[in-house]
Amino acid sequence: MTQAEANETSCQPVISARNLSLTFQTNDGPVHALKDVDLEINKGDFVSFIGPSGCGKTTFLRCIADLENPTGGEITVNGMTAEQARKARAYGYVFQAAGLYPWRTIGGNIRLPLEIMGYSRADQDTRIERVLELVELAGFEKKFPWQLSGGMQQRASIARALAFDADILLMDEPFGALDEIVRDHLNEQLLKLWARTNKTIGFVTHSIPEAVYLSTKIVVMSPRPGRITDVIESTLPQERPLDIRDSPEFIEIAHRVRDGLRAGHGDNV
Amino acid sequence: MARLWHKFGPVLTVVIAIFVMWYAGSIALNSAWAHDKAQRAGKVLTTSELVADTMSQKKPRLPAPHQVGAEIWKTTGAMVLRGRAFSKRSLFYHSWITLSSTALGFLMGTALGVALAVGIVYNRTMDMSVMPWVIASQTIPILAIAPMIIVVLNAVGISGLLPKAVISMYLSFFPVVVGMVKGLRSPDHMQLDQMKTWSASGQQEFWRLRLPSSMPYFFTSMKIAMAASLVGAIVGELPTGAVAGLGARLLGGSYYGQTIQIWSALIMAAALAACLVGFIGILQRRVLKRMGMA
Repeated sequence: MTQAEANETSCQPVISARNLSLTFQTNDGPVHALKDVDLEINKGDFVSFIGPSGCGKTTFLRCIADLENPTGGEITVNGMTAEQARKARAYGYVFQAAGLYPWRTIGGNIRLPLEIMGYSRADQDTRIERVLELVELAGFEKKFPWQLSGGMQQRASIARALAFDADILLMDEPFGALDEIVRDHLNEQLLKLWARTNKTIGFVTHSIPEAVYLSTKIVVMSPRPGRITDVIESTLPQERPLDIRDSPEFIEIAHRVRDGLRAGHGDNV
Repeated sequence: MARLWHKFGPVLTVVIAIFVMWYAGSIALNSAWAHDKAQRAGKVLTTSELVADTMSQKKPRLPAPHQVGAEIWKTTGAMVLRGRAFSKRSLFYHSWITLSSTALGFLMGTALGVALAVGIVYNRTMDMSVMPWVIASQTIPILAIAPMIIVVLNAVGISGLLPKAVISMYLSFFPVVVGMVKGLRSPDHMQLDQMKTWSASGQQEFWRLRLPSSMPYFFTSMKIAMAASLVGAIVGELPTGAVAGLGARLLGGSYYGQTIQIWSALIMAAALAACLVGFIGILQRRVLKRMGMA
């Protein structure tokens, strides 16, 4: 492969949506959850989707994951259709609730997708150990979910999504149910984890500081119909201590996000 | 002492209340016959004579608890002491006969119930068509269909334990179907979506998610199924000519007006049911605790 070709492939977007639309038919008439959404996500990006409820941010993430079927436009993941990508196990998905099985230990829960995907027993064991260490839960392998706090459970569910070879991580408000202090801590850990694993991350949130702190790219969305109003490329450095949130640069980006949210709302607020 | 009372007091109170009502009932119901006898003998009974008579009649309308207790002892413990625990006059023998068809019918019913539930959850055609038939099957009085099952199976050369077990199965599969359909559908959207993100096969989803999730429902339906199985076994013993089993004791007792025998068989059946359901309860606690679902 020549250098030019290598550049070509590395520049190809991991996720690409063109004119993506999704309309739900309800009893009260059609609901435009997404309308003409265009977006490209490159390899190694940390992309946050932010907007008020009903703006389609979760729906968009679910379209990437092939959990929803778009009614118009097209979406490709790793150059494949969303369905092919899902069947090729291209991504790990973290839901708002940890969703750990109470009858399995933490290790057993992380083993679950590995069993399903047919990894060898020895490979399962090394992977479990590696991801538990990655989310700072080493030594908790044999504990049951009810023995862990909410934050630890959510970390275990992130570990589960990291255990198999998917270079995309999709997270739907993973820290939404946790308190501020735990959330700060997990955000910090998530950034370290992202730096170490070099995954492409799609992250849905409705917290402006969270979005600005984490992302390389912030996608601001607005409802009725769900659409993108602004895409902000973050100018913050790769290295982000928690107190970066007091820097003028951070505040400026947060300001732009807030403006975008307000513009999307129109005068309806 | 206070702790002991806290633990057993309420139960003891209820038991005492039942006994008091039972004695009162047997005095009230049996006094007519006592008066009758006295009148024919030209005597007038004092209250204490009346009470004594109502509790020692040979064929009372409602036997007193101690009469039933004595009959049960005579047909269980006393026979064990004489080394004849399994003679044909022993209630242990009859309970064993009933228990074996109850257990076989319960196992068959549970298996059928689970199989139907899996079919209903995974097959759209079965989902649309099977449930009405399952419900219809339970609206037919078991007393009407039981003799026909016995006769039909006899005609094809099957007799003995199996026809009775089939009647037990007929009653016990129903709660299992209903409970397991609900249980297998108990995983929420998120859990099913999660399986989809891993591109899990239908079988993997069944064994790893749906089946474990259904366990609380499974045990609860098995408790009901077990009680229904016992009823089925007893009913199944009635048309077989009352040869053996608790049902036979009930029928034999009613042929000859042996109310004490009927009541002792009833009490034995109740005790058997309590043991069987209690056994499943213990199993349920153990399994669900291990699964972190209790």
